[in-house]
Amino acid sequence: MEHNWDFVTIFEHRHVLWVGVKGTVVIFVVTVALGLAGGLVVGIARYARTPFIGWPARVFVEVFRNTPVLVQIIWFFYAFPILTGIDVDPFLAAVLGISLNTMAFSAEIYRAGIQSVEPGQWEAGKAIGMTYIQTMRRIVLPVAIKRVLPALTNRGIEVFKMSTLASVVAYVETLNQAKLIADLNFNPIESYTAVALIFFVVLYPVVQGTYVLERVLRKSE
Amino acid sequence: MTAASEILRIEGLHKTFGNLDVLQGIDLRVTAGETVVVLGSSGSGKSTLLRCVNFMETPTRGKVYLHGNLVGTEQDGRMHYRESELCRLRTRIGMVFQHFNLFPHMTVLQNVKEGQVTVLKRDKSEAEAKAMAQLERVGLAEKASEYPARLSGGQKQRVAIARALAMDPDVMLFDEVTSALDPELVGEVLKTIRQLAEEGMTMLVVTHELGFAYHVANRVLFLNEGRVHEQGEPHVILKSPATRRMREFLDGHSLFKLPD
Repeated sequence: MEHNWDFVTIFEHRHVLWVGVKGTVVIFVVTVALGLAGGLVVGIARYARTPFIGWPARVFVEVFRNTPVLVQIIWFFYAFPILTGIDVDPFLAAVLGISLNTMAFSAEIYRAGIQSVEPGQWEAGKAIGMTYIQTMRRIVLPVAIKRVLPALTNRGIEVFKMSTLASVVAYVETLNQAKLIADLNFNPIESYTAVALIFFVVLYPVVQGTYVLERVLRKSE
Repeated sequence: MTAASEILRIEGLHKTFGNLDVLQGIDLRVTAGETVVVLGSSGSGKSTLLRCVNFMETPTRGKVYLHGNLVGTEQDGRMHYRESELCRLRTRIGMVFQHFNLFPHMTVLQNVKEGQVTVLKRDKSEAEAKAMAQLERVGLAEKASEYPARLSGGQKQRVAIARALAMDPDVMLFDEVTSALDPELVGEVLKTIRQLAEEGMTMLVVTHELGFAYHVANRVLFLNEGRVHEQGEPHVILKSPATRRMREFLDGHSLFKLPD
């Protein structure tokens, strides 16, 4: 099949894409921050032996880990306002869907990290009079987080790509803007290729960085 | 011995795990400056005894007194313990473990400072001076800025001792602290503990090192099946044990002694 490549129109509309990229960065920063910070709280709660804390955390994790993010975003945009009467704009719907899902996934990463810390570390903290919270904060978490840092950066990379799902509720981000260009100029192949390229160019160096990080961490163990 | 010099007293201590009676009524009194060595085969309950003293394990029954003060409160014939009280108690009782358990993300100095700053709320410079003094005491001041991963087992254990000492405890507990060490590193750790004994530190030591018990202990306790089977001064009890069980235990330890 013969295809007449038309990247010139894409270049002419680069400001449209630029608006989208900015939207992508905004939603990424918000969701990755909420997701990883909230995940830490849920992960610690998930590890707790008190059932009143452990169980709600577990339910939360299972609900958001076992439902698709795309469906969550759509649900928060269309169903949530009808059920609660609270207005939800595209940004909020996408932030809720992506960050809650990220919280659930990263909670399990943090929990695995906490569990990987030798019981002797808990004992050593306890033996010098530390409380549970002090031992968690000063002794266990620093070691646990260092160990799961590669897994967390992987989550971050996933979140960056997940941001495109926000286009389903017409939040202005890269994919949404590319769709706009494609509709105006009838060049969907070039538009979506451009989106893929933008993501690749941003993520490739980041992923290479994570390989280095993994090596450095392994050496320091 | 006057009552005033009593540091630690244990009365009728029981500890049950599931349907396993690990401790079946231990009574023990440790006075200031005394080194008590606890011997016994594995499963005799000696580690559990130590761990009940600072409430790493909660005793099933029985009472623990520090400086004559009962730990916990008695209500309806049962003991109740508040976590905050136990945390405070543990700052008064130092513990050293078989596997060192140094904090791997902290330097040697930070390891020894940590409890002082986080728990005792000492200010940083005071804690640092204290930490250096304790590292000096165990002969590792020059390793202050190293991370634990770079130390030998013997050095790690001496840092762990310094970490416990930095809290200014009233009594130190040693839980088989040389069992995970290469034989050639055992000596330096035992020497450090012996030095503490000579400085008048009150200590409760669980060990398999009979030589250490003989030369350093003021008193030796032989635990068997969760009870104090025999106790006495080391040169008496280790040379001529009164019970058959203790004789068997000692024979097992000296089976391959070099000829004189």
